[in-house]
Amino acid sequence: MAKGIEILTKREYKYGFVTPIETETIPKGLNEDTIRLISKKKDEPEWMLEFRLKAYRHWLKMKEPKWGNFKYPKIDFQDITYYAAPKSKPKYNSLEEVDPEILRTFEKLGIPLSEQKMLANVAVDAVFDSVSVATTFKEKLKKIGVIFMPISEAIREYPELVRQYLGSVVPINDNFYAALNSAVFSDGSFVYVPKGVRCPMELSTYFRINTQESGQFERTLIIAEEGSYVAYNEGCTAPQFDTNQLHAAVVELIALDNAEIKYSTVQNWYAGDENGVGGIYNFVTKRGACRGKNSKISWTQVETGSAITWKYPSVILQGEGSIGEFYSVALTNHAQIADTGTKMIHIGKNTKSTIVSKGISAGRANNTYRGLVKVLPKAENARNYTQCDSLLIGDKCKANTFPYIEVMNNTAKVEHEATTSRISEEQLFYLQQRGISQEDAVSLIINGFCKEVFRELPMEYAVEAQKLLGLKLEGTVG
Amino acid sequence: MQVKRETVYNEIFRISASQTNQPEWLKELRTEALSFFSEVGFPSVEDEEWKYTNVAPIARETFQYDFKVESKISEETISKFVLEEAKKSFLVFLNGRFRPEFSNAQSLADVKIASFTQAFNDPDLQKTLQQKLGSLVDYRKNGFTALNTAFIEEGLFLFIPRDKIIESPIQLVFLTENEKIAFPRCLIVMEEGSEATLIESYNRNQEGKYFTNAVIEISIANEAKLKHYRVQRESHNSFHVTTTCAEVQCGSVYDSTNITLGAKLSRHDVIAIFKAEGGQAFVDGLYLVSGEQHSDTHSVIDHVFPNCLSRQNYKGIVDGKARAVFNGKIFVRENAHGTDAQQSNKNLLLSNEARVDTKPQLEIFNDDVRCSHGATVGQLEEEEIFYLMSRGLHHSLAENLLTYGFAEEIVNKIEVDSLKSQLDEALLNRLKAKL
Repeated sequence: MAKGIEILTKREYKYGFVTPIETETIPKGLNEDTIRLISKKKDEPEWMLEFRLKAYRHWLKMKEPKWGNFKYPKIDFQDITYYAAPKSKPKYNSLEEVDPEILRTFEKLGIPLSEQKMLANVAVDAVFDSVSVATTFKEKLKKIGVIFMPISEAIREYPELVRQYLGSVVPINDNFYAALNSAVFSDGSFVYVPKGVRCPMELSTYFRINTQESGQFERTLIIAEEGSYVAYNEGCTAPQFDTNQLHAAVVELIALDNAEIKYSTVQNWYAGDENGVGGIYNFVTKRGACRGKNSKISWTQVETGSAITWKYPSVILQGEGSIGEFYSVALTNHAQIADTGTKMIHIGKNTKSTIVSKGISAGRANNTYRGLVKVLPKAENARNYTQCDSLLIGDKCKANTFPYIEVMNNTAKVEHEATTSRISEEQLFYLQQRGISQEDAVSLIINGFCKEVFRELPMEYAVEAQKLLGLKLEGTVG
Repeated sequence: MQVKRETVYNEIFRISASQTNQPEWLKELRTEALSFFSEVGFPSVEDEEWKYTNVAPIARETFQYDFKVESKISEETISKFVLEEAKKSFLVFLNGRFRPEFSNAQSLADVKIASFTQAFNDPDLQKTLQQKLGSLVDYRKNGFTALNTAFIEEGLFLFIPRDKIIESPIQLVFLTENEKIAFPRCLIVMEEGSEATLIESYNRNQEGKYFTNAVIEISIANEAKLKHYRVQRESHNSFHVTTTCAEVQCGSVYDSTNITLGAKLSRHDVIAIFKAEGGQAFVDGLYLVSGEQHSDTHSVIDHVFPNCLSRQNYKGIVDGKARAVFNGKIFVRENAHGTDAQQSNKNLLLSNEARVDTKPQLEIFNDDVRCSHGATVGQLEEEEIFYLMSRGLHHSLAENLLTYGFAEEIVNKIEVDSLKSQLDEALLNRLKAKL
């Protein structure tokens, strides 16, 4: 390994295909008319259009952020299609109405949408370009009061709920990309778990970008009422194009008293080829608010795709005794860039947060952990533990750690630890002398390195994530 | 503020530059530095490097500049600040200017000591001075380094020849009068195989408001070793900004301990750059601030070459409404395989209005490394206090003992006895005052 670090053949990105269906797109470009058009296509109420326009006007005044630890070509926001949908019925009432081509696509991606074939205990919302095409188990969930539906539908069916919470965690002028998203967001999931309900199945959304020149601007809103619990998973893939596509999502989570939200992501957008051509720019704002006492929000992410990932799933720990968690594995290979981490803002008393971040960098990739732990003056007895480890494979990649710790209360206890190393020769040697091939040994060590994060994932996702890491790193260690 | 900068600093520069007969290269360097300063001004909190430290109080203030070497100071006053071990090896800076006439270098016969003016007239020294001055601390680093460079007048050039082992600790005594602005500048060049101990002490002679803006450049050749103790105990009404940069060569060791006790607003940038394989750098520190003090430490350890080792251990005790900032960067460049770098920053918050912002950073471009950093912010362990109380200690005494123990790790590193006991005393006094 010491001398032979070379990149062998690269396993093809197996989700890189394009589904040949007719799409309805609106012309490229962004102005108030585009927004009115999107809003009209989605049959939205007036207040929603107002929300979008307000966000757009803020966005116009904002500047693209430049503080990331990387460079990328300037994005031409007028050269993006802000709405793309499969041409057919605007609203699907049942699976039979969905274009079979789309169903086949999701099946190919391993997400069968017919309920009989599904994993028995996972409800799925499938988002194809700008629209949600199918949501499974909707009825079953409705019986116990859980609302799980595309956000565009929720805006029509539960306007009060959406209006009350939308933009309350991530304000429309929060940052450049959040403002853009607020103006043009297409679809995403809406979850509402009523008081005292423990959601009986895991909710899941699968995002698929299909159209070449479109951007995806998903918007997810999850509300957990008092004493409720919900686990939500998302997965994403995109076809292989040689142009860069923008994915600027906003996710808002709200946990009230004693509620718990567990949010898991396996992100595998197309990462570009080995020379860094093409791939998704994944510029995402994810934030949860622990508003209630003893509420808990837990983010788990496995970031393996995208040309550039730039996101910081955060928790605002407002409620007394609330808990925030962040478990992350970020894998970058070839020319990929990841600048990711979290923010834990301790506002309430006795709040706790845990951060475990594992970065793996191979090829010429650049992997950055950037995090903020802030303890405000009123946050008595706040507690934070942060651990971020980086593993480097090859001598051309980069690993950075930028933790920010701001403590304004002396009863706080904040700990941060970070290490950076490569796979040790001894570990490899040990495994190899037990008859395990080098490739398997590396995969074993990496999975061990990530174990603390993987065990937070739902089982199916954990298995998928392990496989994914193996595939992504194939050939990096020679 | 723009107006002030232009009128005040440009004006004093004009007068200062017109009086000097420095060599052309230095005049040019100074002029360039001033125009850079006029362009960028003092850093603002918008600048990531100055995110947690607002220097507006410095920018707002007008200070007096000593155009001529006139200020006097009595031997008696100086002797208050000279350490026992350095009675025959201390060099005095008054209002930023090196003053050989107040200094005593009797036991430093092996060291070449020259003010910049003296060095210009010595052909050997002049060459090295021209080559090294400003080569380690780029004036373009920020407004403060630019300002210091623009006002290079009577600096100190310390040259330690090959294989010389200097037994006596060399103490640099910095004194600044009230209302004055001082730009101390030192260049320390150590030749191969030499060894020395340097004590850089900033002292509180007057209690008023003044501003020290220093730049210390240190070049350590192969196999040379420097122990560097920096003690900043300026007046609690004063402002203090220092940039220290040491270049470490093959097999050389830079071991520095930085103690910050004084100043109302202080900032220390300490940089160690490995310029060859196999160097070692230890950059440790202790900041103890209370009242309304603000202390900021920025360290950079730059592993440019392979197989170098660096250790950083910074501890902070923050009381009252004080605020402490620590920002530690470790760079491991592409070719720097075999790097072993560690950094630790631990902070103790003693009051509920104190604040700490810490930002340890790793930037690593090579996989054959062992790097780690850790940072903690917290208060004393209840259990430890309880243990001591169960042994009959009063609560506040128990607290003091534990706080003292926390700081002692750093102070214990100091091998100059009188300095160590002075600091011990200062620490204990500071804690006693709390009782």
